[in-house]
Amino acid sequence: MASLLSRFCRKLALPGSAHGSRMTSSTACGSETVKSLNLYSAINQALHIALETDPRSYVFGEDVGFGGVFRCTTGLAERFGKNRVFNTPLCEQGIVGFGIGLAAMGNRAVVEIQFADYIYPAFDQIVNEAAKFRYRSGNQFNCGGLTIRAPYGAVGHGGHYHSQSPEAFFCHVPGIKVVIPRSPREAKGLLLSSIRDPNPVVFFEPKWLYRQAVEEVPEHDYMIPLSQAEIIREGSDITLVGWGAQLTVMEQACLDAEKEGISCELIDLKTLLPWDKETVEASVKKTGRLLISHEAPITGGFGAEISATILERCFLKLEAPVSRVCGLDTPFPLVFEPFYMPTKNKILDAIKSTVNY
Amino acid sequence: MALSRLSSRSKGISRPLSAAFSRSISTDTTPITIETSLPFTAHLCDPPSRSVESSTQELLSFFRTMALMRRMEIAADSLYKAKLIRGFCHLYDGQEAVAIGMEAAITKKDAIITAYRDHCIFLGRGGSLYEVFAELMGRQDGCSKGKGGSMHFYKKDSSFYGGHGIVGAQVPLGCGIAFAQKYSKEEAVTFAMYGDGAANQGQLFEALNISALWDLPSILVCENNHYGMGTAEWRAAKSPSYYKRGDYVPGLKVDGMDAFAVKQACKFAKEHALKNGPIILEMDTYRYHGHSMSDPGSTYRTRDEISGVRQERDPIERIKKLVLSHDLATEKELKDMEKEIRKEVDDAIAKAKDCPMPEPSELFTNVYVKGFGTESFGADRKEVKAALP
Repeated sequence: MASLLSRFCRKLALPGSAHGSRMTSSTACGSETVKSLNLYSAINQALHIALETDPRSYVFGEDVGFGGVFRCTTGLAERFGKNRVFNTPLCEQGIVGFGIGLAAMGNRAVVEIQFADYIYPAFDQIVNEAAKFRYRSGNQFNCGGLTIRAPYGAVGHGGHYHSQSPEAFFCHVPGIKVVIPRSPREAKGLLLSSIRDPNPVVFFEPKWLYRQAVEEVPEHDYMIPLSQAEIIREGSDITLVGWGAQLTVMEQACLDAEKEGISCELIDLKTLLPWDKETVEASVKKTGRLLISHEAPITGGFGAEISATILERCFLKLEAPVSRVCGLDTPFPLVFEPFYMPTKNKILDAIKSTVNY
Repeated sequence: MALSRLSSRSKGISRPLSAAFSRSISTDTTPITIETSLPFTAHLCDPPSRSVESSTQELLSFFRTMALMRRMEIAADSLYKAKLIRGFCHLYDGQEAVAIGMEAAITKKDAIITAYRDHCIFLGRGGSLYEVFAELMGRQDGCSKGKGGSMHFYKKDSSFYGGHGIVGAQVPLGCGIAFAQKYSKEEAVTFAMYGDGAANQGQLFEALNISALWDLPSILVCENNHYGMGTAEWRAAKSPSYYKRGDYVPGLKVDGMDAFAVKQACKFAKEHALKNGPIILEMDTYRYHGHSMSDPGSTYRTRDEISGVRQERDPIERIKKLVLSHDLATEKELKDMEKEIRKEVDDAIAKAKDCPMPEPSELFTNVYVKGFGTESFGADRKEVKAALP
């Protein structure tokens, strides 16, 4: 089944990683040492560095003290103390509100929401408080030091409440940034950028990749700039845009399409709000076709925004309608997950029908 | 554990001998009075008496149903490890007394709404083992047609409103149900159940305030198993006296491992709620398994603690001792009953395994009301277009 294949493929080399070879120990790569890490370890490293470099940064959320349910916060409490890394009771709205207050006093608050599916009680705080604080106080106050991290996305058996991709809700809010990494190396750099960015950031981590994705990650402190998309695969026939774990699936589709003579250009958006319109525009002007893919339901998903913007900017250059290969318009199902997901074959079919339009 | 000898003194009838007690539960409704193990602790109300009215039949059925629940949960554990159940599975073993005691005190018109640890409550509400296992394995004969899974069991005809994944979200819902009940003058109440972790959710206090303001017949039941996933109650709550959290709402603390204490408390709460509005019940209980099947349950508590509770406070053992001391059955008969139960569970599992998965078209059903006419687009607009049925 296509979905099984795609799940298996996720264990293989990631898009953009250097030629697929994986070293299993620390190796010097030019002037930097790299280590083979999975996603949760890369995020863990980023958090260690963030807390180390800024004495006024804090990590808190449900169960972060012992390392968190996905082990992203291991070792932090032991190293930096319970005053800086601590557990909160079960109250998302309270946690985020608390984080906003802490950030308003000039601290860096790195809040963990245990699953993105649980972020909704905090939605009011994020939308009405965090996003508008600087604006409504005329720049007297801001909560730029706030970073909210949440695992999102399908995991194979998560069901309704452990698989959701709520990024579209947050992309509709001016005042915050939404960032989604695709791999361990990206995650570390993007998370450090997000924590140090002087705006509140919602950082979604693809939970499927926590253990599955392994990549060489530089051990030093580095940041990857926000709002800059990356072309991870060059092509000339069609532009594919995606983010997070979905890119692995899209990469597989691109490889298959190549066998049929279609050259695909794959772009990782990285930051969804504000997103890098120029890169995508330039690419679509080159290829003339666009396909967007995300796990979230298709209606009102972020793909709609990308589609509308590109249409405005590239109308005359487009050879075919913009194609969106996304999750279905149903609640995230339990046993039906393989049918719901935008799998490699669905993307491949869409690539072919767009190219042959 | 204080045992009452009132029954043997006050009744002149001869105790039904084991010979007369055949393989099925006796329908003998000879009243028996049982003393609860601990007194009730009350907040802003007078605690009910420790003497609980029961009967032979009830005592035996308590044993049988609790043993069934225990067996069901353990079977679910094995099924999960065999990957026949996927997703999340939160087991209730250790807490059976709460489900059973509550059922004994109420009718099917009273509503129950709970969180995700709902398998046994569903069974208590009249659900069948087959429906349980079919739903757990995602088959079409499950109680939610296989679309809900472990966390989403529902039974409309016995007013069981499920089965909720988001912590604390079910409590305001429960108060809404209570409002509807009061409005329709049904003399029914709603039991909104939640855990010690959920007790710190803001929406609980909103629900309490509204219930107290409008005198709703809602009973908030905190199943305090002392751990919110891996966090001990003293690390999450400033005041772990959850029965007092209602402030202006009366509360009762109950030994949740004693089915009769639970029964008495629920009976008391129902009478109270119908007359005076909301009340909080805190059930002091314990779960042997971890939070869910992905949690070993031993990283945040010692094995000694778990086995200690199993030895001292196990609800089924308590009932068993009562049954034996009242000469209602022999050890052997109880063992036979347990064997029967095991077979019943195995049969239900075998039947459920044969049940097919739901049709793929079910992916699109019940998103909206039938016939709404909305279209759902598949991956590629040109490919999959289903009119939502």
